[in-house]
Amino acid sequence: MSTYFESYLTVGAFAALGAVLVLVMLGVASVLRPTKPTAEKQLTYECGVDPVGDGWSQTYVRYYVFGLLFVIFDVEAVFIFPWAIQVDELGVFALVAMLFFIVTVIEGLVYAVKKGVLRWE
Amino acid sequence: MTFSDWIAEPVNWVFAAIGLAVLFSGFRVVTSKNVVHAALYLVGALAGTAGLFLLMSAEFVAWVLVLVYIGAVIVLFLFGIMITRAPTGLDESLSSDQTAMPALLSAAVFVVMTWASIDAFGTELLATVGEATSTQVIGESLLGRFVIPFEVVSFVLLAALIGGITIARRDLTPVEEEERMSV
Repeated sequence: MSTYFESYLTVGAFAALGAVLVLVMLGVASVLRPTKPTAEKQLTYECGVDPVGDGWSQTYVRYYVFGLLFVIFDVEAVFIFPWAIQVDELGVFALVAMLFFIVTVIEGLVYAVKKGVLRWE
Repeated sequence: MTFSDWIAEPVNWVFAAIGLAVLFSGFRVVTSKNVVHAALYLVGALAGTAGLFLLMSAEFVAWVLVLVYIGAVIVLFLFGIMITRAPTGLDESLSSDQTAMPALLSAAVFVVMTWASIDAFGTELLATVGEATSTQVIGESLLGRFVIPFEVVSFVLLAALIGGITIARRDLTPVEEEERMSV
């Protein structure tokens, strides 16, 4: 087995251990604690206030633009990672290329600000 | 390679387990009656696909899948669902009676993809299995040989951003536009 798979085996072992830890803690707690459910206790916890309305309600459409911006800049980040881990080796040309890339996408953010879609009226 | 050879390799057990999980999630995406559950099953399918990429030593692709698809695209899906369908939840109209044609289409896509992969690679083994393709190599080719396509990507992203904003944004009336400018 190669070192690559071995290193991911470590990741898997830690994930499994984490899951076991949580299960054991919740399991022990459910064995030890008394269970006396009341209607009041079974309410969804919403910052200590009684929840209002249905959980499956409609979301404000404004969030969509922020989600959209997030997707675009997430994709941008993906392209930055391979460059960022070896900035020194790649040199000035790569730096200029990356700056050009970033500035181009940032223009979109400027457009969004100008159009006022980031303002929460 | 015989089946007993195949099963002797522990990596193949992981592959089989993840593959079955992806198949199950994919099946539930199309059969789930609750559209939010369908989106969450899609998370499972994508996470499994990322696992398969990890098994094929495509570390960077795997984590990009987690970062972009699970982290961002699914969020957008869920927002899209929660914005447009209220109340979200059980929806009987999601299941359709037309199952024969989609099944045929999926089978056809599967056959074409399998045939194309076997035709292109055959029994050739990838040399890099069990040895990560380093992200350095990706960075070098991205900012070396593929620097022009890389810059083109930035324009594609810009176009997507502006297009998305134009579609998602409510057009302001001239009066509102004036008010906004004066602020």
